[in-house]
Amino acid sequence: MNEKNIIICRCEDVTLQDIYRLMNEGYTSFEELKRILRIGMGPCQGNTCGQLLQREIAKFLEVPLDQVKTQKVRPLTTGVKLKSIVEATKNER
Amino acid sequence: MIEKDLVIIGGGPSGLSAAKTAAESGLSSLIIERDYKLGGQLVKQTHMFFGSEKQYAKTRGIDIAKILIDDVLSYPNLIEIMTNTAVVGLYNDKVITILHEEKYSKIKARAIIIATGASEKVLAFENNDMPGIYGAGAVQTLMNVYGVLPGQDVVMVGSGNIGLIVSYQLLQAGVNVKCVLEAAGTIGGYKVHASKLKRLGVDIKTSTSVIKAVGGECLQKIITSKLDEKWNFIPGTEETIELDALCVSVGLSPLGNLLSMIGVEMKYVSSLGGLVPMISHSHETSVENVFVAGDVSGVEEASSAIVEGYLTGLIVAQKLGFEHPNYEVLIQDLRSQLDNLRSGPFGEKTRNGLLEIMR
Repeated sequence: MNEKNIIICRCEDVTLQDIYRLMNEGYTSFEELKRILRIGMGPCQGNTCGQLLQREIAKFLEVPLDQVKTQKVRPLTTGVKLKSIVEATKNER
Repeated sequence: MIEKDLVIIGGGPSGLSAAKTAAESGLSSLIIERDYKLGGQLVKQTHMFFGSEKQYAKTRGIDIAKILIDDVLSYPNLIEIMTNTAVVGLYNDKVITILHEEKYSKIKARAIIIATGASEKVLAFENNDMPGIYGAGAVQTLMNVYGVLPGQDVVMVGSGNIGLIVSYQLLQAGVNVKCVLEAAGTIGGYKVHASKLKRLGVDIKTSTSVIKAVGGECLQKIITSKLDEKWNFIPGTEETIELDALCVSVGLSPLGNLLSMIGVEMKYVSSLGGLVPMISHSHETSVENVFVAGDVSGVEEASSAIVEGYLTGLIVAQKLGFEHPNYEVLIQDLRSQLDNLRSGPFGEKTRNGLLEIMR
């Protein structure tokens, strides 16, 4: 099996090999992997890769799936131009 | 800032149904839908539904969508609709930020029903990003909404109801469905759907999954392998299948991103599809006046989503001071409809899952 060709996060092009490499270095939480690899930070905001990564972490740590926390989600869910935000807040005090 | 009584996020079966019963109770609402049109995933479901007549059994999904949309449109003074509008943020003071064609606005709601549904799960295998590999839902959208065939020779991964139904619809569209692969030892979906495929000569290979996609610029072959009871691949059982499209149907996961944004208490329940909110008997989350309906609180059939929508719409209206004249009777009837839909062996996983998220 060639882990380099298994895509876990298709938004940010993160492979299973990337994840194994970091887990072997000790980065075994979703948030750590997210900060280093940008996994889950693309257009789908982790909807696609979330469960795949959760499964890989659970297998690696040999813990049940429900004990692996997934990513913290924050606004905004999609790109918003600063211009749009400025225009919306113009009349606010 | 725009102020609203009730904001419903998601214009699929549960969101539409909730708006209807809220309006019947006299409560106004705003439905926010990301897509260009209402109806959610019903708009591609050309098959007839099961269940009882109260949930539009023997009616095609696309026609159920029309009924639900017409119901909502019949309350122009109470139900406001925004399509092609994404909710980009949700905040603890019940402020919702939205984006519609680059116009960003803020809405403050007294109550919110999150009815965002679920999204397709994907599989990790070699070359899983090759063009020609689709989710089964994507194939159904391409085929039934846009009239585009995904390929000529297709293999389906997953024998749940979606995998079986989409395989049958591919056959109806003249596509050669070479086989259905199922990682588990038994077929996942209803026997009626599986039998239809078998009668048409489609083999359903259990304890089998895909390990590798092969091709250049697009998909040409897949390598499959048998699995043991612990879901490990058994070496020496590999087979090669030539195809130009692979359809992945390995379940749905609830779209709870907005819930996570406001710190709603969540739990991972695999029988409900993944991370779901803890809810009260009234479908209220741990954040007051934030409710959920439909697949976002556990993946089920569209029929259950519709009933949950009707139920939640009534409950929210009552909480905001708009009690339906027939409230108690309707609530009792809807609860018994849900119990019926979840009865029997197929509903067992759902029943147990829902017990785990009750608060």
